Amino acid sequence: MSAHAEVIHEHAPVGIPTFVKVWIALLLLTGIEVFLAYEQVPTMIMLTALVGLSVIKAALIIAYFMHLKFERFSLFLTLFPMLVFCILLMLIFLGDATRIPVMRPPS
Amino acid sequence: MSTQAAATARASVWEGGQSPYATNSKKFGMWLFIISDALTFSALLFAYTYSRVSNPDWPKPFEFTPAIIFSSVMTFALLTSSLTMVMAVHSMNAGNRGATAKWILATMVAGGTFVALHLTEWMKLINQEHVTPFQNPWGVPLFGATFFAITGLHMTHVVIGIIYLGIICQAVVRGKFKAEDVEVAGLYWHFVDLVWMFVFPLVYLMSARVG
Repeated sequence: MSAHAEVIHEHAPVGIPTFVKVWIALLLLTGIEVFLAYEQVPTMIMLTALVGLSVIKAALIIAYFMHLKFERFSLFLTLFPMLVFCILLMLIFLGDATRIPVMRPPS
Repeated sequence: MSTQAAATARASVWEGGQSPYATNSKKFGMWLFIISDALTFSALLFAYTYSRVSNPDWPKPFEFTPAIIFSSVMTFALLTSSLTMVMAVHSMNAGNRGATAKWILATMVAGGTFVALHLTEWMKLINQEHVTPFQNPWGVPLFGATFFAITGLHMTHVVIGIIYLGIICQAVVRGKFKAEDVEVAGLYWHFVDLVWMFVFPLVYLMSARVG
């Protein structure tokens, strides 16, 4: 095996209290999502609010539980811009979904 | 960290023969898998959202009791399992294999709770509401198709995760595997949790019966 093949194991730079705080924050955000689901708002506004909160939750999980906040920035740059770009490409078509209902011929 | 490994990690990325990510190959491999799997779930969730938004007659079968309560408890179980998994990694880093095995078992129990509740929810939809992947009483077949495809694929990931953790746990108890192996298993488990953070609001909350 080459000298550089297996590198590195370091202890987490954050402690248990931080993880518990993140867990509580995730539970609170979930509670807010359930509350929002019972508010009478248009579908797209509801969708935007719920997905926005989910992105925050995902970021907390990735940063702290998955430890990415404490990895090299090069790892983040290798993995995530591509993922975000692909998702944004898909979202381009979401506008069509909002137009389809008004394009239906009256029955 | 070995001295040689540390020196390797610090070397300039332009000098060759070093680790630009300063991480081990197993962890990097798992990250690549996670990103590719995230694209799969993204495509499925986007297809679901497109169908949901473009169809004003989309069914809202999920009553607050029991469906939303059940799915909220499932969310709680998965979030808690992520915390116990973090504790397992933390214990393994500290060299405490006994505590690591207990935390992994706690994670498996929470994952099992999630699967049991989810199957209960599925059985209710199939037997009482007569929803299948191909038809349902509300005349929007895409509802069943997208619901069972997304939640089914996610549940498969959870079941595989429980098996994966079981293998890691018995190895830890027998003194095999290193801390990085537990950490890599943790990455997979957190990803399963992360996907549910999008499935829960998009599939359940967006189809909650209000009023």
